[in-house]
Amino acid sequence: MKILTKLIVTMIFVSIFSPLYAATIKWSMPGDSLTLDPHAQNEGPTHMVSRQVYEGLVTRAIDMSIKPQLSTSWKTTDPETWVFTLRKGVKFQDGSLLKASDVEFSINRALTGTSDVKELINSITSVKALNNSTIEIKTKGPNPILLNQLVQIFIMSESWSKKNGCETAQDYNASQETFCSINAMGTGPFKITLREQNTRTVFERNDNWWGDQSQHNIDKIELLPIKNDATRVAALLSGDIDFTNFTPAQDINRIKSSSMHKVVSAAQSRTIFFGMDQGVDELRSSNVKGKNPFKDKKVRLAFYHALDMNAIKEKIMRGLSEPAGMITFPGVQGYTKQLDKRLSYDPNLSKKLLADAGYPKGFEITLDCPNNRYINDEAICVAAVGMLAKVGIKVNLDAQPKSIHFKDLKGGLSDFYMLGWGVPTFDSHYVYSFLLKSDGSWNKSGFKNEKVDELVGTMLTETNLDKRNANIAEAWSIVQDNMPYLPLHHQVISWGTKSNVNIPIRTNNEPLFRFAKVN
Amino acid sequence: MFQYFLKRLLQSILVMLIVGFVSFSLFNFVGDPVNNMVGQEASEETREEIREKLGLKDPVYTQFFKFVVNASNGEFGLSYELRRPVSLLISERLPATLELVLVSALIAIFFGVFLGVYTAINREGLVSNFILVTSLFGVSLPTFVIGILFIYLFSVILGILPSFGRGEVVNFGFWSTGFLTLSGIKALILPSITLSLFQMTYIIRLVRAEMMEILETDYIKFARARGINKKVINNKHALKNGLIPVITITGINVGTLIAFSIITETVFQWPGMGLLFINAVQFVDIPIMSAYLIMVAFLFVMINFIVDIAYYFIDPRIRFKEEETNK
Amino acid sequence: MIRQIIKNFLDTDIGYSFSKSKVAIISSIIFLAIMITSLFAVLIAPYNPFDPKSISLMDAFTPPIWSIGGSVEFILGTDQQGRDMLSTIIYGSQISLIVGFASIIFAMVLGVFLGVTAGYLGGRYEIIVMRFTDVQLTIPSILMALLVDGIARGFINKSLHDDMAIYVLILAIGISEWPQFARITRAATLVEKNKEYVLAGRIIGLSDIVIMIKHILPNILRPILVISTIGLSQAIITESTLSFLGVGFPPTNPSLGTLIRFGNNFLFSGEWWITFFPAIFLVVLALSINLLGDWMRDALNPKLKVR
Repeated sequence: MKILTKLIVTMIFVSIFSPLYAATIKWSMPGDSLTLDPHAQNEGPTHMVSRQVYEGLVTRAIDMSIKPQLSTSWKTTDPETWVFTLRKGVKFQDGSLLKASDVEFSINRALTGTSDVKELINSITSVKALNNSTIEIKTKGPNPILLNQLVQIFIMSESWSKKNGCETAQDYNASQETFCSINAMGTGPFKITLREQNTRTVFERNDNWWGDQSQHNIDKIELLPIKNDATRVAALLSGDIDFTNFTPAQDINRIKSSSMHKVVSAAQSRTIFFGMDQGVDELRSSNVKGKNPFKDKKVRLAFYHALDMNAIKEKIMRGLSEPAGMITFPGVQGYTKQLDKRLSYDPNLSKKLLADAGYPKGFEITLDCPNNRYINDEAICVAAVGMLAKVGIKVNLDAQPKSIHFKDLKGGLSDFYMLGWGVPTFDSHYVYSFLLKSDGSWNKSGFKNEKVDELVGTMLTETNLDKRNANIAEAWSIVQDNMPYLPLHHQVISWGTKSNVNIPIRTNNEPLFRFAKVN
Repeated sequence: MFQYFLKRLLQSILVMLIVGFVSFSLFNFVGDPVNNMVGQEASEETREEIREKLGLKDPVYTQFFKFVVNASNGEFGLSYELRRPVSLLISERLPATLELVLVSALIAIFFGVFLGVYTAINREGLVSNFILVTSLFGVSLPTFVIGILFIYLFSVILGILPSFGRGEVVNFGFWSTGFLTLSGIKALILPSITLSLFQMTYIIRLVRAEMMEILETDYIKFARARGINKKVINNKHALKNGLIPVITITGINVGTLIAFSIITETVFQWPGMGLLFINAVQFVDIPIMSAYLIMVAFLFVMINFIVDIAYYFIDPRIRFKEEETNK
Repeated sequence: MIRQIIKNFLDTDIGYSFSKSKVAIISSIIFLAIMITSLFAVLIAPYNPFDPKSISLMDAFTPPIWSIGGSVEFILGTDQQGRDMLSTIIYGSQISLIVGFASIIFAMVLGVFLGVTAGYLGGRYEIIVMRFTDVQLTIPSILMALLVDGIARGFINKSLHDDMAIYVLILAIGISEWPQFARITRAATLVEKNKEYVLAGRIIGLSDIVIMIKHILPNILRPILVISTIGLSQAIITESTLSFLGVGFPPTNPSLGTLIRFGNNFLFSGEWWITFFPAIFLVVLALSINLLGDWMRDALNPKLKVR
């Protein structure tokens, strides 16, 4: 009996003193950040989490324009040299002052061996802290998009990283665990106070943040990943979560019909496509032996013409997608409406192309798909299996969680795969350096074109904008002519929230809680 | 008595050793453990080095011995997917699963015994038949269907109970509990009922059969003939004996409940070991899989050991039989 | 001929009890109907949902025939890929039944073999077999099935996953169910072993194998039958559970569990039929087998029959 009384008293105690009225946002996505190490994985949700804690020299505002963040101003002293002035009085979450040497350390960390963002900034040849508040960055040739790239480079504390043994980025592919992959300590508006991967991550307001605290009234963010779409929607409808930036297309009307909730949609800066390995001599999963059918452009075009993206838009995406003709989206330097026009849906042409290529009866192949990364990713792949079957291609589908999918992809185990690509720099160079350059780290299509490689180089150094744009256009015309990837669609994102929660939607699907308000 | 305990203990240890061997084989024969540590690009030299370091070149019995020593210390290495020590991952999630299983077991036993006794005593009643037919539904309805139904009804339509997760938890050192907050208790309701239903129907049927058998025995008939109050017979004499098998079943069922919590945890996104395990299966995350296997087997063996010991004190027949054989 | 067989059956003890039990009759009719439908799926189902060529995405989300927007072509509507629900359920239940039967037969053969030999031969062999059974019983069936499935994933080449799914599931479920058979048959064999007819067989010099197969086995068929029936419904539920958890059948050739898993995503958007019909069908199937098993247990157990 005594124990029972004690228990009840404790219960009342706890429920009275738990902070009921603190503004908390419970946020859910299908997956979690893969690692807290800000340089170890160049992946959307991973950055979404890091962005709340870490900051860069520059950043993108709600409307995606580039704004100063940890630096207040910058200038180029010569075409290859940039000088940044550091913001004064910025403190890390452990109380130490941000120094120019921290910036030097962080950029070098992002540039070295196991970092996953090194391609992003590989034009940087040296970083130097000139004094306590200025940093000099030298690039190989003039780099017109350096600022766009630096947006993605988070600044860490040198002493904290060194003290905890993670002066280099976590080697993600080698299953390494480091202190920095399970802890985060930046200069940002929120600090992570609890991290249980795939279960719960708690962010709390950083009272010592240098920025304008009045722009938000969030004391606490809880990230609660829910893989299953239906469960996530149920959680939103029943009030167990406040916000999801992954609202399933089919449930938008249901959520809108609730008086307690609202949904906002926007075209996302991300394009979904299929990759085909044209590099290997024999595909691993195909019944065609001794040669690789994807090396033949006719086969690639046959696949293209077999995919009815309008049907997928109407039925699977419920109208919330934009069928694509190129693998990048409006807003990116180099995008044109002309290039983005899809070739016709024409299964007969597709059959003819296959016959011309020597596969009148088609062939067999495995399609690798993630099942918790993009909007309706698995459903799109199942639909593609049906569409390709109609022209004679027997596709075996292997749909797996993103952590396995990306690992297999990186390991070069995939013949035919789904991938989505957002472009944080809003410049074609980002697409080329990762996906189309012959040694691009995400170029698993085996696409190799000397002219394109050369153009990727000049994209980075050409400062004459007209000339540079001509370069980009030329590269795209080569790529569109070869069709190494099959564009599917540009994603449209929908953010579902409780009516009293205001989080401005951003086209890269990255919420910025420092602009969020709960009424 | 001492011998009885010792025998039980040795048996339990043997079972654990066999399970341990299965788990050890998982480590060594499924996939290349080295591959999962160094990534594809590593050279053959570094691979050899790691093999040496991990002791993969030692004879199998040395490796197994090391494995057993590590396992008894809770050391299972790093998870392939989450890149964190498995022991840490499991200890983070153990409280969630155990609390869920505990509440489910209590619900299953309480209602199971109550309804079982009721249906045995009122054999032909309308209510009894209704309970029995419903209980067959319980066995035929897959757990996940029940879970989805509950979420739809109680969370979305009625909006009275949370649809996922544990709610607020209070931490006491390594243990996190949902019992001390309102949201934690509310979050427990749907998953625990879902998980308990299958076991409940099982217990209803067991208790019913046992009670019916006992009610037919001579000593009950005799008691009736002597004119002892029916309630006294049912509650005092019959029930007491009818409950003995329930103790055994409870032992077995706690193990089953832990395993079945995999499904419930998936449906309700309950952050326990089951959810961890099901992700591990999809990823072929061997360290987590084998640790989970040993964990469940250990809990199961331990509970059974306790049940056996409890039996020794409850059921005098075992004691006599033991003493008989010891002579 | 058939009439004769039925008459003979009804003349037996069990037959009599069967003819007196409405529940047994109804559930066996339902079960047989489902069996026949799925056996002749190719002839009965209006479409072949496993042939991706025949599916048109534009047909997706057609509601059942009686709802607004329903179509005569699709009586129970279509799913998110445009597959006819009725056909998909019929084919799906075919998969569920194949896996159920195959895994139970696998478990039965293994379990009965080990149980009978252990009971009959005794000695150290018996101890070893029974220890293994104990160990296996410490691992609940769903966990065992998941483990086998997980191990198979590690071994099987990725491109073969889908084709191998059915064998992996049969093995996984079969392995998780055999100890039940081993335990019961060992116990039954121990009883039979000391009966006169077995002793007589031994005296006239029949070999152990002959005694086990020809004399003991027929006498312990009843408990085996009861366990098989209950095991069948468990196997079907386990298969659908594995598929629901995403480690069973792939979305391109779905079983009932896979259908429910995907249908679940459309519960809130109003397309209730995608998850509702497969779920109902699964429950009816499992329930009819369970009712049959329940009746059988009572009918085959003379001790309980008086009640």
